Amino acid sequence: MTDMTAPPAAITQPSRLSRAIAALRRLPLAVELASAWLLAMFVIAALAHVLAPYEISEIDLMSRLVPPGSPGHWLGTDELGRDVLSRLLVSIRSSLLIAALATILSATIGTVLGFLAAQRRGVFEHAILMFVDFQAALPFIIMALAVSAFVGASVPVLVGLMAFYGWERYARLARGLALSAMGKGYAGAVMQLGASPMRVFMRHILPNVSATLVVTMTLSFSEVILAESGLSFLGLGVQLPDSSLGNMIGFGRDYLTTAPWIMLAPAAVITLTSLSVSILGDWLRDRLDPSVS
Amino acid sequence: MSPIIEANNVSRTYAGHGGLFRPKSYVRAVEDVSLSVEQGETLAVIGESGSGKSTLGQVLLGLAPASAGDVRFRDAALSPAGSRQWREQRAEMQLIYQDPLAALDPRLTIAEQIREPLDIHQIGTPEERAQRVDEVARDVGLQPVHLSRRPHELSGGQRQRAVIARAMASKPVLLVCDEPVSALDVSIQAQVINTFRRLQRMSGVAMVFISHDLKVVRNIAHRVAVMYLGRIVEEAPADVIFANPQHPYTKALVSSVPIPGKPLGDRVILQGEPPNPAARPSGCAFHPRCPVAVAQCRTSVPELHSNAEHRRVACHLVAEVRGAAA
Amino acid sequence: MMSFALTRLLRAFATLMLVITFAFSILRLSGDPAIAVLGPMAPAAALNAFREAWGLTEPFWVQYSKYVLSIFAGDFGDSMRDGLPALPLVLERVPATLSLTIPSLILTLTIGIPAGIVAALHRNSLLDRTVILAAVAGFTVPSFVVGLVLVLIFSVTLGVLPSGGQGSWLHGVLPIITMSTVSIGLVARYSRSAMLEVLNAPYIRAASAKGLKWRDVIRLHALPNAILPLLTIIGLMVGSLIAGSVVVESIFSWPGMGRLLIISVAARDLAVVQCILILITVLMVCANLTVDLLQAWLDPKSRNKAHA
Repeated sequence: MTDMTAPPAAITQPSRLSRAIAALRRLPLAVELASAWLLAMFVIAALAHVLAPYEISEIDLMSRLVPPGSPGHWLGTDELGRDVLSRLLVSIRSSLLIAALATILSATIGTVLGFLAAQRRGVFEHAILMFVDFQAALPFIIMALAVSAFVGASVPVLVGLMAFYGWERYARLARGLALSAMGKGYAGAVMQLGASPMRVFMRHILPNVSATLVVTMTLSFSEVILAESGLSFLGLGVQLPDSSLGNMIGFGRDYLTTAPWIMLAPAAVITLTSLSVSILGDWLRDRLDPSVS
Repeated sequence: MSPIIEANNVSRTYAGHGGLFRPKSYVRAVEDVSLSVEQGETLAVIGESGSGKSTLGQVLLGLAPASAGDVRFRDAALSPAGSRQWREQRAEMQLIYQDPLAALDPRLTIAEQIREPLDIHQIGTPEERAQRVDEVARDVGLQPVHLSRRPHELSGGQRQRAVIARAMASKPVLLVCDEPVSALDVSIQAQVINTFRRLQRMSGVAMVFISHDLKVVRNIAHRVAVMYLGRIVEEAPADVIFANPQHPYTKALVSSVPIPGKPLGDRVILQGEPPNPAARPSGCAFHPRCPVAVAQCRTSVPELHSNAEHRRVACHLVAEVRGAAA
Repeated sequence: MMSFALTRLLRAFATLMLVITFAFSILRLSGDPAIAVLGPMAPAAALNAFREAWGLTEPFWVQYSKYVLSIFAGDFGDSMRDGLPALPLVLERVPATLSLTIPSLILTLTIGIPAGIVAALHRNSLLDRTVILAAVAGFTVPSFVVGLVLVLIFSVTLGVLPSGGQGSWLHGVLPIITMSTVSIGLVARYSRSAMLEVLNAPYIRAASAKGLKWRDVIRLHALPNAILPLLTIIGLMVGSLIAGSVVVESIFSWPGMGRLLIISVAARDLAVVQCILILITVLMVCANLTVDLLQAWLDPKSRNKAHA
């Protein structure tokens, strides 16, 4: 405990664990709250079906539109007497699952293509450039609506669309980082030592850019959550009988005058979650990677 | 004895960025260069920025292909960059960079990085590799404590020693050093130069030592080649170059090197624009800045002629110049 | 400059063609459009008539070139709901959308940009923190939540503003506020960082080091240089307002283009959907092109950047 206050230069190489603990102690309050909220959300997502007191489609016409705080229904019931809390928990699960899937998918595709573009140049680079133009010309929600009109709305389509729309950002990032590493930096040096491109990317470039990629993933995770809830709100994402935060609000708005709680509970969850992710992402960016703007 | 590396009439042309409505421009970075380096020998390549000296280094190592002419490494042509044979050949030829911090992976320890070529080329057992890392680190003058550090925890000189150790780990026969000491403090430069000399004595490695600074190579070069806008304008044994430069450009360079106890009174100051490889003057590229240029220099490119003392000079006026100097 | 403009124009055209091709291919990917639109129970004669009308019996490249040609002729096909040509149907909705987006744009720029600049000038002050907070809120609260909460407060609880439809100017108040809230945050955040970047530049330090009054430093050196990055916001804003109008028009039952898009998507009215898709692309491409050209004209440096 004594060396905690000593200047960093005097500490003899603290272990990774003790450095992590020290870092945790210095967390700002907002980041602590945000992390706690996100942790809670992920626990809920994992245990939604265990935690939910009722089946999500269990209709109880005797207790329709029960206000929050009533015994047995903490968050009230909806127009069909379904328990709002149970629906909320399951919705958190599906919204987070979709957002996580889309984020991982687009990060993986984008990073691989970005590295390929850095190594092969030519065709890949033009493809990425074309994609930048395409995205600048078509807001995501418009494209998603159009595709849903043609192909039909479903969860796989939604995840695919969000991954399709997100990969370009990672590709550009990965390409830029790889190029600068190869141009005059350590990756070029290692290539010159005779390492295979695979070894250069896996052992040198990927570990060095992972901080930046994680920050980007975090920051775009909140956008993905918002995009999913927006589309589900418009009736395009998750379809009945499944439930997501966005479509709970979409259906809840019809009862805005009589039962605003149906819509307010998921609205609060979306807002707090995307806020927490943004806070965490900004903090991570400042800590890990000052180069991303 | 056959040379380790040999370049025959090598040129390297870059295509500049043309737009959709702009014609492509071509930059001749290296033009018609021939040289050779033998075992245990150091050839210094001297030139201003834009003289093509770094590109020449890349071409010699096979990192960039020659547009014309050929490079032979131990009497065999170089394999195309990125091919399997090319990769395997890397164990035998190495490059030292100007900026050691950029050349080292910021995340790995120095020991891991020195080991890297051994891992890549699967030289020896794990124990032998660890032993070789210790050995080569000692050879370049790194302390054992440095091995567990990361690059940012070392000084500039120590980092460059780590880069040298990494390059020497696989016991290469050719080392190309591209401005290896220009990023270092002057006080450290001499130490690192001495390290190179010691390594060469121990291993017999052939070295191509690229620098913009003639005085840096004074204590290490056996021969010096001076480049101007992609061409070698003079090449001779180091003591000959320093004692009796013949090409007007070399004369200017040599006269700018301070000699203790001697005033810089008769210094030749170069006039005119610094060279721009994208806009190469006609004839002898040096003529706009040359104090003794005549009409012929504007129109025809002087050949690199061999004359006495293993010397080669490319100047129409060498006889006259010599006469004037005498 | 000429060559830059031409290159950029060609790229804009290529983008437009890309979106048209995209619309064409998802149209074909969706399976047999005849069955998709008329349903599997439709009589064969109706299916064949539909296929004939859409040219689905011809070879692929003929279909494609006919499709492209008809779009350049302004023929987007007929709406499948009421049989009227799609283009006029969409165009008649445009004024309603503009009556929301233009006031929102003005509101956003007149509040967002000054807020961001003032925040940057008083860095770390209470004002700065408030702007950052508002910007983050605008960034993280979805616009449909903002809209519904506003309805809950002003229409349901207080009963002072209508919750939807089009009538007096009062009907526009909540939709415009909803739309602006999100984009004001975005613009304020962006202009704050643009201004901060300019303020940290060496020439600002040089200007104040030579004894210029701080006010003149801002007026003569900082603001003119901050204008340039701010220009890109306008291109950004067009996209975000178009996207926002879809959600806002849906919440407030505003009879604009966004709501027509939602209705057409729900009814799978493909002609109208692709018409809106392509019109929005044209608008966005024009906006981006204008911003790029303006920027290149004001700042010669950016011309080379666009090539890289």
